[in-house]
Amino acid sequence: MVMFKAAFVREWRLLARQKADWLNPLMFFLIVLTLFPLGIGAKPNLLAEIAPGIIWIAALLSVLLGAERLFKDDFRQGVLEQLVAADEPMLFYVLAKIISSWCSTALPLLLISPLIALLLGLDATAWLAVLLTLLLGTPLLNLLAALGAALTLSADKGGILLALLILPLYIPLLIFASAAVDNASLGLDYSGQLAVLSAMLCLALALVPLAVLKALKLNVG
Amino acid sequence: MFEAVNLQLAAGQLLQIGGKNGAGKSSLLRILAGLARPDEGAVLWQHQPIDDSDFPQNLCFIGHLSGVQPQLTALEHLEFWQAAFGLQPADGYRVLATLGLAGLEDIPCQLLSAGQQRRVSLARLWLTQRLLWILDEPFTALDQSAIVLLQQKFTEHLSRGGAIILTTHQPLTQHFPEAQLLELAYRW
Amino acid sequence: MFKWLDPYAKPETLYRLCGLWFPWLMTAAFISLLIGMVWGLAFTPADYQQGDSYRIIHIHVPAAIWSMGAYSSMAIAALIALVWQVKAAQWAIGAIAPIGAVFTVIALFTGAAWGKPMWGTWWVWDARLTSELILLFLYLGVIALSGAFADRQTGAKASALLALVGVVNLPIIHFSVEWWNTLHQGATITKFAKPSIDASMLWPLLISILAFGLWLAALTCLRLKTAILQNEQHRPWVRQLVSSSLKSSVIKEG
Repeated sequence: MVMFKAAFVREWRLLARQKADWLNPLMFFLIVLTLFPLGIGAKPNLLAEIAPGIIWIAALLSVLLGAERLFKDDFRQGVLEQLVAADEPMLFYVLAKIISSWCSTALPLLLISPLIALLLGLDATAWLAVLLTLLLGTPLLNLLAALGAALTLSADKGGILLALLILPLYIPLLIFASAAVDNASLGLDYSGQLAVLSAMLCLALALVPLAVLKALKLNVG
Repeated sequence: MFEAVNLQLAAGQLLQIGGKNGAGKSSLLRILAGLARPDEGAVLWQHQPIDDSDFPQNLCFIGHLSGVQPQLTALEHLEFWQAAFGLQPADGYRVLATLGLAGLEDIPCQLLSAGQQRRVSLARLWLTQRLLWILDEPFTALDQSAIVLLQQKFTEHLSRGGAIILTTHQPLTQHFPEAQLLELAYRW
Repeated sequence: MFKWLDPYAKPETLYRLCGLWFPWLMTAAFISLLIGMVWGLAFTPADYQQGDSYRIIHIHVPAAIWSMGAYSSMAIAALIALVWQVKAAQWAIGAIAPIGAVFTVIALFTGAAWGKPMWGTWWVWDARLTSELILLFLYLGVIALSGAFADRQTGAKASALLALVGVVNLPIIHFSVEWWNTLHQGATITKFAKPSIDASMLWPLLISILAFGLWLAALTCLRLKTAILQNEQHRPWVRQLVSSSLKSSVIKEG
């Protein structure tokens, strides 16, 4: 717990000093969302129909954008090898990293979701579905992104490789999250999709931090 | 990479690993610290393989990477290390002052010089109670006064029954006549 | 638990075993492939609905089955590599992955070629085809990751971990894609549901499946042998092997 607090505080200090780390993905998200209407024409019906897919693809790209740096600095500066050598409770360090990365990259998306709904012509029910799926789905995005970051830590071209590894794993999330928003905008029940999202989140919460830990150790060792 | 490395280190001893660039000093240190696994053979701590013992809890490892995050201040580093490595709670200002960093406690480390950053990194040694120190080139970038300071710290640690393994090109025998020297030869 | 397996995991022993098995596996694969292909492509009756074009099933189905079989065996190797730290298992991952990827490409290509006369289009976002495509992405990820590190050892371990993550995800991906597809477009795909197959078509198909499996095993042995040599090239037993084979070739020439 001491470790968790220390790593968490450290992470927030870094975020406060490197604002680009969390502002850039947010801006990227907004710009990508703006490009879609420009690319396919600003027809409100069409936009509302494809909005769920657009929102989710933009969200997972913007999370991936910030993912590479998650462990990179600590690896380059040798913090990781010192932690591994001292056999400190690394799991808490990993959890602190993932939680603060969720707070910095996904939480802003939740906060601006009303704005997204406005831009893409979604009504209040659909917006609520967007909010709920983002709430359940983005932690999963961050968990898997952390796994990708840890796996490619000492790789030569980490950034693009990370995206290649992790994007296929995002497919179930993309399917269920956009289906939930789809159903909501048609006025249908979407609790089933939310339940599936929660189940996937629970599974990932149980397994991914351990896999991240293993990946960090083998990259350091 | 290595053949027939066989060494023993007792409490209160210092082992200096020497050798030309590329001889594998750092690699050997990483194996000794348990960060890398030897292809053959084993590293023992108190007659136990290091994986099965309390070795990590007794180890303070500082590699050639200093572990200093450029955006954080010296004081913030100490704070993190104290929590993360279970160091003694101590007055960070005093430790940093000992190391000649008075007045620089709360500027981001990226504004410090290389030698000052190295001092920040070594400040951990003033806070740790751990028995075995494994240090990769600890004297790099340090000026004469800091080197003397560090050597005094080594003497103190050894007299308390600690052990030190380090790599350096500095001749150490005049300060530590007891020091063992392991010279790695490069051959291909 | 698996202590009796330990001696077989020694690179030198494994190298010899692979060398021993390879000719037998390859011969068996070649013979059964010949029987399966000739029987299936030339001698079975044409399908009453699909005509002759269904015959591609004898390549498509075995390739699809073994593309998944290869992934599962890769994941088992990954588990062994990570849990018991067996180096040979790490190399096995690198040996299997490209073969599995090629099988996946074969399955995708034959699937598309089959789809053209049946559905009138090369590509349909059919659940099975889509999962197969994602499987290809997972394979490519493992291959890309294993080659991305300056340190080959790290690459092997990282790709082992990724293969394991992939195998946990594969069923989730498969079921979600299936669910997604039934949601979006039901009826167009039901054509794909196979009519219960006649025995005259089934036997050559089973033989082809066996043949592809043997082929996979043979190629894996071959690639594993190469990987062992590459990774152990500085070990005395490899040097001895090389010098003795050099000597024998000199004697032959002399």
